Amino acid sequence: MDFGPYLLLAVMEGLVMSAALALTAVGLSLVFGVMRVVNVAHGEFFMLGAVGAWFVTQAVPGPPWIGFVVALVACPLMVAGVAAVADKLVLRRLHYDPEATILATIGLLYIIQQAALSIYGPDARPVEAPFTLRLQFPWFGYSGYKLFVIAAALLILAAVWWLMTRTKAGLIMRATQQDRTTAQAFGINVDRVYSGVFALGAGLAAIAAVLIVPISQAYYLMGSDPLLLAFIVVIIGGLGSLRGTLVAALVIGLSDGVISMFFSPTLAKILATLLVAMVLVFRPQGLFGAKP
Amino acid sequence: MTKLLINTTPSRRTVLRGLAGGIAAGAGMLAMPRFIQAQTSAPIKLGFQLHRTGIGASYGRWYERTAQAALKVVNDAGGINGRPVEIAFEDDATDPQRGSEVIEKLVNQQGVDVVFGPLFSHVVIGSAPRAAELKVPYLVCSEGFHVASGMLNRWTLQPGITDVRAQISAMAPWVAANLGKRITMVFPDFAFGYDHRDFFKAAIEAQGGEVLAQIAIPPTETTFTRYFPQIPADTEVLYHVMVGPAVLTFVKELGEFYGSGARPQIFGFIDSVEAVDIASPGLEFLEGTHFWEAHNRFKQADASEHETFYRAAVGVDDNGASIADPADVATYSHMFSCWETLFMIKAGMEASGYQTTADRQKFVEAIEAMTDMPAGMERPQGHKRFNGKTHQVFGHQNISKVEGGKLMRVHQTSLEDGAYPDAVDYTAQPF
Repeated sequence: MDFGPYLLLAVMEGLVMSAALALTAVGLSLVFGVMRVVNVAHGEFFMLGAVGAWFVTQAVPGPPWIGFVVALVACPLMVAGVAAVADKLVLRRLHYDPEATILATIGLLYIIQQAALSIYGPDARPVEAPFTLRLQFPWFGYSGYKLFVIAAALLILAAVWWLMTRTKAGLIMRATQQDRTTAQAFGINVDRVYSGVFALGAGLAAIAAVLIVPISQAYYLMGSDPLLLAFIVVIIGGLGSLRGTLVAALVIGLSDGVISMFFSPTLAKILATLLVAMVLVFRPQGLFGAKP
Repeated sequence: MTKLLINTTPSRRTVLRGLAGGIAAGAGMLAMPRFIQAQTSAPIKLGFQLHRTGIGASYGRWYERTAQAALKVVNDAGGINGRPVEIAFEDDATDPQRGSEVIEKLVNQQGVDVVFGPLFSHVVIGSAPRAAELKVPYLVCSEGFHVASGMLNRWTLQPGITDVRAQISAMAPWVAANLGKRITMVFPDFAFGYDHRDFFKAAIEAQGGEVLAQIAIPPTETTFTRYFPQIPADTEVLYHVMVGPAVLTFVKELGEFYGSGARPQIFGFIDSVEAVDIASPGLEFLEGTHFWEAHNRFKQADASEHETFYRAAVGVDDNGASIADPADVATYSHMFSCWETLFMIKAGMEASGYQTTADRQKFVEAIEAMTDMPAGMERPQGHKRFNGKTHQVFGHQNISKVEGGKLMRVHQTSLEDGAYPDAVDYTAQPF
């Protein structure tokens, strides 16, 4: 294949990856930014979304797009509910202590993963895409659904940005992020904000999963890869910075697509990890993070 | 002189006691007439190292069903050496470290007589040294060349499935003659894939062919499109073999990549679609492509009565899916190895007069002495020849073409097609 088509395919693959990464990482970043909780179980919320999508699409009769739309609404709500319960039962009782919550979310990771293994089983199962459209370029074919994923991710990210900057709920979340005690003094129910943020973060991971599952498959171990990459993105972008997360997702996704294709996927992962190390050495707060 | 066991002049009480014991023993014999001739009627216990979870889970599900079905047939016919047989299944999570722990657990805690059943080559390679340390026969179903290469040990045998080197050597001439000689290979990036990488290249070059590119993909990969541009444009045949939970994604993305444009001939190992319904949406492009199959997933017109019996016993329909759930597609080209290995264990134990774990060495020697094994109920996949020196069995291979959404056999290789010189003589190694 010539260089031009090669690059086109690499960029499209990279953008799909960026989209998935941005959606997953934005939830992680939000949870850390507002609650100062490093959520190690974030990848499992992603997995729950995908597995949930399989159950929903199996249960809903009719053409695939109906099941998909139902899953896109129901799965994030379901996962957000699980997260809210976890917050109430576990994190709140630890008073959101940073070290304790890391351990607690590791425990949560195993509980969710093994629950999925017990209920859903060890197999990878396909979820049908809502529509089948294949774009035929002169050099190769490409899934139209993958391009839809990019567009959908942009829309959802815009909605998150609007929520955080243009609504009262966003204002309350930002206030809690800046100074928890002062926010409380102004009558903000910080506990409820924390529950909501944790649920929102998990729900965003689930949305990413529902979008991604038709191009991969639902599998009980699928949470670890997104978790690792989401952490890389969040560290590079700056913990708690939405803008940083988006830029970092774009950088990591595109470089992964291009480097994987022209060299090797392993090299792409090596370089991403190196970038994290460099950022931690020279700019520990991340590219867009606020100075501590 | 110790005390006599029987008094020369029995009292009334001892006579009655002896009579009661005799009646009880007789009643016991009547209750279990099949297992009477054994010295001990305690069950023979086999350990099964099972890929129940992890990347081999779809194989594990079917391996367990196949082994259970074979076990029932064996026990219904009187067990082994007059003793009933049990199988202890233990999950290794398709992980080499867990694999060797499972061997340990099966042998030391469960007290099994032999261990069998693993497929994934990295698990086999990781577990075989522990089996040798514990001096327990380890009968693998892994296809890898690592048994016949001499890499493993005297206690590890592969009597139920042909190794990759023989499979490839047998098929390469057909591929070169019918599909093309300029080949690009896609294979998983671990031991099993390296057997393909090394031996197919050698086999196709012997036919005057050429391997243009070799693309290794990690078995845990979930997205594949990024690898496909590495396929050179002048490729005549794309040779693919993939394993792991994402095989369906692999074939789907391959279909998307070629789309309706020009594509090379495609020759795949059935591994790439094991446990996958080839009528799945997105796989239409497979129509007209070829696959290697050890055992035809779709029941062929000339299927033997043994084949029919085996399908029914395991619970597989004529399309290679579960009778209970047509969406649950079998790993048909691999799972027969569990069935055939269990019958090899039976034959080996009977030939060696196996009674206790002290007879394990005699059991291995009995299997090593086996050679020609005809097709039959014990070997539904067909006639096989065992090489005691390399601990490897050789059988027929099939090449099938996808026609109307079904895999139809177009060629079957002979045992001689896959022959290669022995690389090791395990019988010369100490136990």
